[in-house]
Amino acid sequence: MQRIGVFVCHCGSNIAATVDVKKVVEMVKMEPGVVHAEDYQYMCSEAGQAKIAAAIKEKNLSGIVVCSCSPRMHEATFRKCAERAGLNPYMVEIANIREHCSWIHKDMEEATKKAVILARAAIAKVNLNTSLKPGESLVTKRALVIGGGIAGIQTALDIADAGYEVDIVEKTPSIGGRMSQLDKTFPTLDCSACILTPKMVEAAAHEKITIHTYSEVEKVTGFVGNFTVDIRKKARSVNMDKCTGCGVCQEKCPSKKTPSEFNRGLNNRSAIYTPFAQAIPNVPVIDRESCIKFKTGKCGICSKVCQAGAIDYEQQDEIITQQYGAIVVATGFDTIKLDKYDEYAYSQSKDVVTSLELERIMNAAGPTKGHLERLSDGKAPKEMVFIQCVGSRCADNRGKSYCSKICCMYTAKHAMLIRDKYPDVNVTVFYIDVRTPGKNFDEFYRRAVEQYGVNYIKGQVGKVIPQPDGKLLVQGVDLIDNRQILKEADMVVLATAIEPNPDVRKIATMLTASIDTNNFLTEAHAKLRPVESPTAGIFLSGVCQGPKDIPETVAQAGAAAVKAIGLLAKDKLLTNPCTAKSDELLCNGCSTCANVCPYGAISYEDKQVNDHGIREVRRIAVVNDALCQGCGACTVACPSGAMDLQGFSNRQIIAEVDAICR
Amino acid sequence: MQELINRAKELLADGTVARVLGWKAGDLPYNPEPAYFETAEALDEFVYNGFCGANLSKYMIEASKLEGKTLVCLKPCDTYSFNQLIKEHRVDRDKAYIIGVGCKGKLDIEKIRAKGIKGIESISGAEITDEADTLTIQTIYGEKSCAYADAMLERCHVCKGKEHKIYDELIGESKDTKDADRFDAVKAIETMSPEEKFAYFQSELSKCIRCNACRNVCPACSCRKCVFDSTKFDSSQKANVDSFEEKMFHIIRAFHVAGRCTDCGECSRVCPQGIPLHLFNRKFIKDIDELYGEYQAGEDTESRAPLTNFTFDDAEPSIVGKRG
Repeated sequence: MQRIGVFVCHCGSNIAATVDVKKVVEMVKMEPGVVHAEDYQYMCSEAGQAKIAAAIKEKNLSGIVVCSCSPRMHEATFRKCAERAGLNPYMVEIANIREHCSWIHKDMEEATKKAVILARAAIAKVNLNTSLKPGESLVTKRALVIGGGIAGIQTALDIADAGYEVDIVEKTPSIGGRMSQLDKTFPTLDCSACILTPKMVEAAAHEKITIHTYSEVEKVTGFVGNFTVDIRKKARSVNMDKCTGCGVCQEKCPSKKTPSEFNRGLNNRSAIYTPFAQAIPNVPVIDRESCIKFKTGKCGICSKVCQAGAIDYEQQDEIITQQYGAIVVATGFDTIKLDKYDEYAYSQSKDVVTSLELERIMNAAGPTKGHLERLSDGKAPKEMVFIQCVGSRCADNRGKSYCSKICCMYTAKHAMLIRDKYPDVNVTVFYIDVRTPGKNFDEFYRRAVEQYGVNYIKGQVGKVIPQPDGKLLVQGVDLIDNRQILKEADMVVLATAIEPNPDVRKIATMLTASIDTNNFLTEAHAKLRPVESPTAGIFLSGVCQGPKDIPETVAQAGAAAVKAIGLLAKDKLLTNPCTAKSDELLCNGCSTCANVCPYGAISYEDKQVNDHGIREVRRIAVVNDALCQGCGACTVACPSGAMDLQGFSNRQIIAEVDAICR
Repeated sequence: MQELINRAKELLADGTVARVLGWKAGDLPYNPEPAYFETAEALDEFVYNGFCGANLSKYMIEASKLEGKTLVCLKPCDTYSFNQLIKEHRVDRDKAYIIGVGCKGKLDIEKIRAKGIKGIESISGAEITDEADTLTIQTIYGEKSCAYADAMLERCHVCKGKEHKIYDELIGESKDTKDADRFDAVKAIETMSPEEKFAYFQSELSKCIRCNACRNVCPACSCRKCVFDSTKFDSSQKANVDSFEEKMFHIIRAFHVAGRCTDCGECSRVCPQGIPLHLFNRKFIKDIDELYGEYQAGEDTESRAPLTNFTFDDAEPSIVGKRG
């Protein structure tokens, strides 16, 4: 029988205001194995931990239950405390009477009852706990950054500067990401390319950084410190070593009708292309879907004009397998599709554009060479309307419930730049709220209004109606003057909501990193661990974690790098001792467990067993402790119950359920 | 049948197989039983007729451990079970010489009895080579008859087809006897209210005498040590606590075979209490089909079963939850 101590935390008033902690102490004293119970205001404080340590020694406790907050918060704290007092850290169980109880209940009597039940379950479990000892695993001193936008570039640079090898995997033919598509950046209005391209060059030139563009992560196995990743380098059809980046192939390519991804489809590109002039690497790719040679077998012009002989139509996809200690996700964002927002006439008029498209229009390297003009007839607009929150802060199911965060600022930027360069253009902005928290942000917005005379109207637009004369009739409302507005505009710009890059779902699944209902990657702790995924060894950088602007992205990228460096700096990691174990006398050797194991930790051996006198060779499941992450998938899939998870055994879990149902 | 016996004798004689796994006559004209035959003389006792419903696949688990090959007679639907056992590494394909035997549907003595036919002395028309579609039954009350199809097991009305999925050679013609949808009964239960469902299963499962016949015959219940027999878990004792816990035996069994059950129907065939146990399994099969796409366990030995596989197109757990 264990000698169990139960420690009930008040968490100030967080628990004690809803749960009668004294009652919990009285009740748990009657549970089997409990020889000590007490309560304290803050169990996690030094004084609280001292109480636990003292009780362990004085009462010779063999296991403890702390009734407090979520184990995600303080399990590690109390395990360390127990270890210092001479107890095996895995003899500690947490009953979560805060998140699971006090915070979600109002009735004290009911909440107290529940707290007792939760404590009882933890006591039942600890009665069956055994001492566990973690093993050790080595750390591969190399990081992988998925995504080559500003977030990925900055993270890679910071990790590389600390002296570790970093690989960047970028899906498109060039690094640079969304930021490379932007014209100017708020609030200082520096040219985006001028601040980004040097970083791109720095990353490319860094001896510790390897960039895989036109590549995708295909498979991830392993665990923190020891990930094995398959990267698919898609066939570029251009030999990267031979290509000089002269660009003749792109000029001569006869297939020039593919919408340019970089210019958001506002103009066309050739089948062999680099997305933009400052692309890194400056090596084109052949888009095999559009290439005449690949479609019909005839053409081959690029190959003929290439002096370097770099064109290689035979090139195949290549799989690179590499070990990593840490993985940083920096997959970024895209703007949402507007098919559910037909009222803004986006699909009906070329002169209704998204803000990202406007960035391209205003950019000197864009489809209009930086001239602000209507895409329908090339005329200069005189009246421009900006509509905010298109798909953001959406109450219905058409768009996103969240604020995309960057739109208020970039719209102020657009309005200001247009008024500055084309003073004869009237600019009207329809908004729900103008949100400008951030250094120099509100000043920036006020400048747009006060200095540049941008007309801000609080209210939403109901409909944009293309007129026969090419104008756009905007029907809106002014909430402050309480009147309807009908306005003829030459161009309408939609501040389209941003959403995580859709590919992130696949990547998150490969990494077993959790994502929320909006496909943003979830942090390990919203406040205290904002750049780490709950999955060990996975870090988050940039908009994949939540909407943010460039300075915030760069700050987070640095933070993610520091966390990754902290991991890579270690030579060894302690492994989780809560791993699965197969009972060789019960194992059928049926392979069900290996089929469900996400870590490839289970293999089979033909093993001589002695089953109560029957000696025979049996096919038995064997778990590799270094690979097993203790997820428990095998234990529930095993039909014979041979697989069991140490620290969370079937018996322990049933005992908990029984204690709850008692 | 004679062709089958002759071939078996040949294979025994030339040493291809060390024994034959088939059926011999039981003590009543309608209960042949699985049997091993090791000599040509013994094979004179071999029987194969419409009452040989027993699925011999599971016997191959033990037979795989014996010296030499075992000739095993498998009906088309039995081959699904055999494939599933290969997939689970429970039988050794190299230790089996599979003769795919013809099948025109297997008979259920209870269905004949239900027609008021009693005191049965002999039955003709059940021989597998027989083209007759009527059974002639000699009883102590005189000769009776019954249409073959009317006497078929429920599972044969939802026949998986006449194709053997694995075999070394085929002897005898098979017939697809399907004339009903196998999910009809499940659909009917699905339309019940939770209370009605509970009452239905309560009434069916309360007949259970825990003889374990369903488990012992089930090719998917092939664990070396069943959780209900193991002292490692509390489940065995728990199942005996009260009638509610006892019902859990069948629920747990259904969960354990989910995604692996080939719907061979042996559980219901052998239940002495006539509990339609296959309905539990069919509910799982139907759900799997609807959530993850059509899947037939034992169709082959390679494919990944939906419940122990992951694809990016898998139904989200929340959808499973919403369906209840």
